[in-house]
Amino acid sequence: MEGLERIVAEHPLFVGLGPAFITLAAGCAKNTRFDPDQYLFHAEDAADWVYLVRHGRVALEMVTPGRGAVTFDTINEGDIVGLTWLLPPYRWGHDARATELVRAIALDARCLRDKCEADHDLGYALMKRFLPVLVQRLQATRLQMLDVYGQPG
Amino acid sequence: MDSLAEIAVDPMLPRVARVARRVRELADTWTLELVAAEGERLPGYAPGQFTMMYLFGVGEIPVSISGDAADARRLVQTVRAVGKVSEAVTRLSKGATLGLRGPFGTAWPVEEGYGRDVVVIAGGLGLAPLRPALYQLRRERQKLGRLVLLYGTRRPDDILFRRELEGWRRQLDMEIEVTVDHAGADWRGHVGVVTGLIPRLRIDVENAVALVCGPEIMMRFAAGALHDIGVPEAAIHLSLERNMKCAVGLCGHCQLAGSFVCKDGAVMRYDRVRRLLGLREV
Repeated sequence: MEGLERIVAEHPLFVGLGPAFITLAAGCAKNTRFDPDQYLFHAEDAADWVYLVRHGRVALEMVTPGRGAVTFDTINEGDIVGLTWLLPPYRWGHDARATELVRAIALDARCLRDKCEADHDLGYALMKRFLPVLVQRLQATRLQMLDVYGQPG
Repeated sequence: MDSLAEIAVDPMLPRVARVARRVRELADTWTLELVAAEGERLPGYAPGQFTMMYLFGVGEIPVSISGDAADARRLVQTVRAVGKVSEAVTRLSKGATLGLRGPFGTAWPVEEGYGRDVVVIAGGLGLAPLRPALYQLRRERQKLGRLVLLYGTRRPDDILFRRELEGWRRQLDMEIEVTVDHAGADWRGHVGVVTGLIPRLRIDVENAVALVCGPEIMMRFAAGALHDIGVPEAAIHLSLERNMKCAVGLCGHCQLAGSFVCKDGAVMRYDRVRRLLGLREV
């Protein structure tokens, strides 16, 4: 297995995915890095990439009038940054900023979408891996919205 | 008439303590260091227990003990001002007196951690009743496997015992991860719910013990996430909170199905309360 394929295969999101699918996914991949405080993307930009974080931490932020940038989630090593590449209109809904040196695999979202469209087995296999991440983040967001640490009553 | 010794152990009779020191922890949260009033003595306690704190003429509330059980000279308790009595308690000045009943309730099963990995998960003010267990666990560090604290709170400004946590982290003998629900750009730590840190734990899950304290919904999700990664339900211990009044299992205010949280808890095993946590109360 080539270097990039091996790295993709070892990422928690892809562990256990068949070698043929790994080759297809790795065909859309490149190595990338971001310096501290460098943005991976901004809200409203086209969701052209999805990032598999190999090292470092990424803050997901929204800019709020009067409060500046508010971080609502952080993404760590072994996790992924970017889920909106999956569905139209393929636009980011928030900013993503490296809070420290970040090394990641960037997957070309358009390339990945085209391959999923052409090979529905690949599409289904990837969907089964991305959907739990989406559900997990939705549940975490619900818990955050409850503001459980706030003043009772 | 009862002898003085009998009166001293009457669980309904408060003993008098004096505020030796008060420390503001957060905007609405204070820690009181109590010493025995003249002619009185402080009770011993086990990590996880609570007292009923009685402010003469105002009322009585249950308060977690947050100090070191090995220090018999002081009783340290952390209070958040959320109601009439707790607000009055947090306004007590040095030298003021108050009544104490207890300690009451079950203790954290610290000894279960010997030879095993121990995960302590705290949410918000839930760190206060866990701190006595952390003192003991750190004192007996050589008897344990990995020792991990996961702590979640609302914002960076709401981190309880912050200086102490930073000190513990510097000593490199335990792993500490802190996450907040919301933060500004100057916060470099985790953001997100504390349950999100659980899948990242590097522990021997089948042989681990977990102590969890925080808002009940947070504990429910944390216990579920711990079980999902393989920690046995019987090895997960939660500290429940109910409307404690008598604290000795008589009045029934804190009844949870067939248990009284004041007497059978507050620390209870997850496998024994799991089904009760999702029930709507009448």
